Amino acid sequence: MFVQNFFNALGLGALYGLIAVGYTMVYGILRLINFAHGDIFMLGAYFVFFATIQYKLPWALGVALAIGGATLCGLLVDRIAYRPLRGAPRISALISAIGVSFFLQNLGVVVFTGMPRAVIRPRELTNPLPIKDIIPLEFLQAGRIGEVRLIPLAIWVPVVSFLLVAVLLWIVYKTKPGLAMRAISRDIETTRLMGVSVDRVIALTFALGSALAAFAGIMWALRYPRVEPFMGVIPGFKAFIAAVFGGIGSIPGAMIGGLILGFVEIMSVAFFPHLSGYRDAFAFILLIFILLVKPTGLLGERMEEKI
Amino acid sequence: MKSEKKNVLELERVSMRFGGLTAVNDLSLGVPEGGITGLIGPNGAGKTTVFNVITGFYKPTSGSVSFAGQAITGLPPHRVCKAGLSRTFQNIRLFHNGTVLENVMTGSYVRQNGAWWECLSPFIFRCAAIEEREIRESSLALLDRLGLAAQAGVLSSSLPYGAQRRLEIARALATKPRFLLLDEPAAGMNPQESAELLNFIRRLRDEFELTIFLIEHDMKVVMGVCEHIWVMDMGALIAEGAPAEIRENHRVIEAYLGKPDDGEAGRCK
Amino acid sequence: MSNGTRNAILNFLAVGGFVYFLWWAPENLDGYKLRIINLIAINAILGLSLNLVYGMTGMFSLGHAGFMAIGAYVSALLVLTPGQKATMWILEPMVPWLLNLHAPFLISLVLGGAAAAFVGCLIALPVLRLGGDYLGIATLGFAEVIRILIANLIPITNGSLGLKGIPAHTDLWMSYGCLGAVLFFMVRLMNSNFGNVLRAVRDDEVAAKTMGIDTFKIRVLAFTIGCFGGGLGGALLGNLLTTIDPRMFMFIQTFNILMIVVVGGLGSMTGTIMGSVFVTTMLEWLRITESPMTIGSLRIPGIPGMRMLIFSLLLIAVIIFRSQGIMGTREFSWNWFFGDWGDGRKAKGAR
Repeated sequence: MFVQNFFNALGLGALYGLIAVGYTMVYGILRLINFAHGDIFMLGAYFVFFATIQYKLPWALGVALAIGGATLCGLLVDRIAYRPLRGAPRISALISAIGVSFFLQNLGVVVFTGMPRAVIRPRELTNPLPIKDIIPLEFLQAGRIGEVRLIPLAIWVPVVSFLLVAVLLWIVYKTKPGLAMRAISRDIETTRLMGVSVDRVIALTFALGSALAAFAGIMWALRYPRVEPFMGVIPGFKAFIAAVFGGIGSIPGAMIGGLILGFVEIMSVAFFPHLSGYRDAFAFILLIFILLVKPTGLLGERMEEKI
Repeated sequence: MKSEKKNVLELERVSMRFGGLTAVNDLSLGVPEGGITGLIGPNGAGKTTVFNVITGFYKPTSGSVSFAGQAITGLPPHRVCKAGLSRTFQNIRLFHNGTVLENVMTGSYVRQNGAWWECLSPFIFRCAAIEEREIRESSLALLDRLGLAAQAGVLSSSLPYGAQRRLEIARALATKPRFLLLDEPAAGMNPQESAELLNFIRRLRDEFELTIFLIEHDMKVVMGVCEHIWVMDMGALIAEGAPAEIRENHRVIEAYLGKPDDGEAGRCK
Repeated sequence: MSNGTRNAILNFLAVGGFVYFLWWAPENLDGYKLRIINLIAINAILGLSLNLVYGMTGMFSLGHAGFMAIGAYVSALLVLTPGQKATMWILEPMVPWLLNLHAPFLISLVLGGAAAAFVGCLIALPVLRLGGDYLGIATLGFAEVIRILIANLIPITNGSLGLKGIPAHTDLWMSYGCLGAVLFFMVRLMNSNFGNVLRAVRDDEVAAKTMGIDTFKIRVLAFTIGCFGGGLGGALLGNLLTTIDPRMFMFIQTFNILMIVVVGGLGSMTGTIMGSVFVTTMLEWLRITESPMTIGSLRIPGIPGMRMLIFSLLLIAVIIFRSQGIMGTREFSWNWFFGDWGDGRKAKGAR
């Protein structure tokens, strides 16, 4: 049981982390909670559902299309709803973000209907792994691990997530656009004066974040095999909490925050089953706790207002 | 301290460190009651940090601040104000969505006795209603004394720059301070305006019975109005004395006046 | 005739006309219309209380739905008769001390508001140390925690089944009476020096501290008062709809109130009331997009989700093209109405 819970938590945490990375990048640069991020995640899941199950495209093509589509949506959201508000008070952009989030959810209801739809998963991802052939049963029993039933998906989700974040870290820390991103998060005005096309870099940030959210959406749809228009709300909130927990603005922090949140949720329910009704409250309690104890999060930097 | 008058504000070995950076290092100074004292120094010398320590925005890493014999080290800003210190800011900080009168009335709140819920009925809470009216009248009177009465109903952000500076001072005076800290009152003023400022600061001191402590980069203003000057560089005191002495002091000239460009650059902040 | 006399006469006529309307309406309007008119008042109360917190004091709170839930549940549990309560708890038995707790409607309203204010104050003490959007997300989190608690504390709240058969105490006199009281309170408060202090905390917290204002205390106070308004509105709502359950108090509820405040104009009480009229009627009117329609011989099926789709577009459009809303920070006055702009104060806001 423990091993199974461990992989559950790892997978869930990695997905939270993957979504959280998008939040943390946008917040780091624009100081904006991109409420619509969870709904981009939802769109990614829907796109892959339509491409592969409705139109029977091969999975690889479907995934590519879904990610392209969700990225485009992320770019459109930035262009239409956020860019006109760059000079406005930050709260205006936040209200706009809330509006966009509701818009996308209800667009989902209007276009895809509100009914949840089942995702038919490829066989190769769901056939249980022959664990007993790899690790002798006696060994499992000796370690009191008990029977383990793992499907390849449970391993692929964290592996893919970590790979994607590694690629992102490479982009942010080793490439020129990444340098521009980091510069903007320090000081947007000075970066603009240095001749960097700030709007384009911000668009790139949204594109990267949306692509990751779409990846997460696709994997989420495979793990809990169904899609529905409001599927992005709760994971979105929780991923934002993970981003705050890890220290907003820090990409490794977002991943760590996501993993911690995943483990807290799965393990608390595993050990205290009667608390399962409160599962969604854990994340918020964790958030309030971290904000009170260390408002900058685990890896965040301190920002102080100049008097 | 060698001044004859009693010091109303004393800093005792104050240090302020931010992480590895030492902004103020083992600083002791006194400000004599009823005087106009200046704090000067090149950019980044730590002058505004000293003001922030005095007014409670920073809690000093070590050392103590006392005001009129009473320790105010680490008190939150609103308590410092209650104790009788008020200040203005380098970059003017008005309540920009309020009118000129509202800005000044907000300053009076700290001396208001009535509780917030007493505004609900002027019939039941007569005292509060009378007090409220008195605040309005005294605020108008204060504006009148500072030459802002005509603009009482105007949005504060629409005032010209010099008037905004005066309004910020009026608002500080509304808290009924004994001690006023001015952070670069002449910043952004043209030569004529800063010449008027000299008389204005003296008038403030005399009419409102204040002690004034000011940071300034404009040497004409500092030399013209201050009776005593403290000079800081790199977070530490390097000199003190009357304006004439400071003008002759070699360390000051080296650190500050020796390179006039520094003084000019300080205005661009 | 001086402006003063004119204004007094107009005030009298306006209030008189409105009271006549309240007397006339129940006899002449159908239940659906009455319900919308009631909802306008309740939404205005909720909007005013959120405006106090956000528009006037500058605290971005997204937790209003949680405080509404507290008010609604406390009030409902007090007005339900012991007989009703005895039959309603099916899943788990009710806690015994609650069974015989009973209070008249008006007292239940006040207690509902007070309970929300109490919880709000407890939440404010830790959370208001945060600023800006962190505060928003933390209050949202608390509202969600409150909702989850209500859904799970079955012996007290009957869980997700909710409470049914709440007596329909909320009528026009009640809802508009409460709105009048809230409005009176807010106008007195905002026109006093305390109102200046609230706005000062919003505009520049550092400067406010320098002016001797204990900004934290002021923010906790304003937040608590705002929570009282939220609880009061929730209590009225429960007694209007006669049924409440945890799903009623999701984030969308806060979103609707936020919409009222933003459309009306942040910091303007007049704007909030206009926003409430506009948003409440729009929300009802847009229902037709979700139900089947027949135009001539053409039958258009209803499109679920369309209502909130249009609505969220509207919010985005308002915030991008007219972020000051209908009124900005202005307030209604007869002088303003007749275009006497002598008082400079009223001319502000149009940035």
